Amino acid sequence: MAGDDEDARAAAETAARRSYGRLVAYLSARTRDVAGAEDALADAFAAALESWPRSGVPANPEAWLLSVARRRAIDTVRRRITSVNATDHLKLLAEERADDSSDGAVPDERLRLMFACAHPALDAGVHAPMILQTVLGFDAAAIASAFLVSPATMSQRLVRAKSRIKQAGIPFRIPEPSELAARLDGVLSAIYAAYAEGWVDAAGSDSRRRNLAGEAIWLGRLVTSLLPDEAEAPGLLSLMLFAEARRPARRDADGDYVPLGEQDMERWDHALIGEAEALLRRASSFGETGRFQLEAAVQSAHCARRYTGRTDWPAIRRLYDALSTLSASPVVAINRAVAVSNCDGPAAGLSELARIAGDPRLASYQPYWAALADLEGRCGNFEAARAAFDRAIGLETDQAVRAFLARRRAAMIH
Amino acid sequence: MQYMLLIHMDESVMATATAQPGYEMSSPYAAYGEALVKAGAMVSGDRLKPSSSATVVRVRGDKTEVLDGPFADTKEQLGGFYIIEAPDLDAAIQWAARCPGAQLGTIEVRPTGKCNRHGGR
Repeated sequence: MAGDDEDARAAAETAARRSYGRLVAYLSARTRDVAGAEDALADAFAAALESWPRSGVPANPEAWLLSVARRRAIDTVRRRITSVNATDHLKLLAEERADDSSDGAVPDERLRLMFACAHPALDAGVHAPMILQTVLGFDAAAIASAFLVSPATMSQRLVRAKSRIKQAGIPFRIPEPSELAARLDGVLSAIYAAYAEGWVDAAGSDSRRRNLAGEAIWLGRLVTSLLPDEAEAPGLLSLMLFAEARRPARRDADGDYVPLGEQDMERWDHALIGEAEALLRRASSFGETGRFQLEAAVQSAHCARRYTGRTDWPAIRRLYDALSTLSASPVVAINRAVAVSNCDGPAAGLSELARIAGDPRLASYQPYWAALADLEGRCGNFEAARAAFDRAIGLETDQAVRAFLARRRAAMIH
Repeated sequence: MQYMLLIHMDESVMATATAQPGYEMSSPYAAYGEALVKAGAMVSGDRLKPSSSATVVRVRGDKTEVLDGPFADTKEQLGGFYIIEAPDLDAAIQWAARCPGAQLGTIEVRPTGKCNRHGGR
């Protein structure tokens, strides 16, 4: 019965991928016991692999998994007879069952789960890993390698965050309208952090990171569909799609790094850019400016080079002006300095950079040194430029970008 | 769930405020306590005497050591507390933000042992 076995395995895996987050969210929304829900689900998937080859794949695999997971959860709680909370926990599980809809569909609590994962009472660094694990089912080792920490460290952070959700009583709730914008920013930032981790791997050759960008876009689509009236959700999705559209053009045929201004526009994904433009228009129709919309608008301005043949730097500078009023981020300041240099010349850009030179975070931030090197070079300060190039090269982990910086450094010597 | 709101503040600021002529157990706290009671969230709460009145006790072996002063000698001291009933952390944070002590000091929000009594969302 090898064929049936494979079918069952494939069906379980399909159900796992499609409904993992939905089931975790539903099973933990009431009890706030994320780890317990994950354990119960793992048992349910194991049971499915064992039973489906014999009995066939059930008509509604999700409902089957839910009822098995729920029985496991109840058994586990019952075994904890010493716990004074066991009765309360069982009561919550019973309430959840009574709440089931009659058509067998599992209610979608994923958005509530994401708000719990990105709650301000949890360390911001664990928001994205928590969402990746609970909504998408990434294991700790995969998340650890994507975020460049050891599996043990990541696993410990995730365990701590889950126990904090339960113990501190972090709610699975879509925040009140008065708090929604601020709290949504936490969720969107976590999704963007996941995207950024995936984006680092330009060539798509790092299998640990390859899926991260795609999964982040999937989460962006999910949030946009679940919160259709929040401008920043399509704003973020638009930003990610603009970036994704340019992914193939970031390396040339030889695998060398190509900076944005020199990319072959034919290699941009024009359908994706079209979708990003439409999302940005939709976002701006709400009349509420936000960081992700502004960053998407910057990307849109860069992509407009397709039609005009030139980059509208004054427009990009105005967008960065607006962004810098929203956040004091040195990243925004660096990009703004580059935009200023392209409008008013390299000396003007340098004096913008000088305003943030004291920020200690910049010491190890490659883009700052690369921008400084470029502007010093354009001003004819070759010695300062070379020192900054050396610093940038030393900080860069991507071989292709290092080689690009080295070429720029060498080209400067006449 | 039950949460304890621990009000940490700089005692010298408190001392200056309470030394003002005509000072009474500040009306903001009275109003806040009333709001907690009205909402059915109040379990208990009180102000603490200055940390200079604190005594630290510990037993090591068969010896009971008694020392004067607070447990930790920090700039901000525990000045008072509330134990409140709240459905979740967000509700507890909202109460903490309304506490007059949050304006000058810092409120620490800690769930008590009675976790998950209510699972309301």
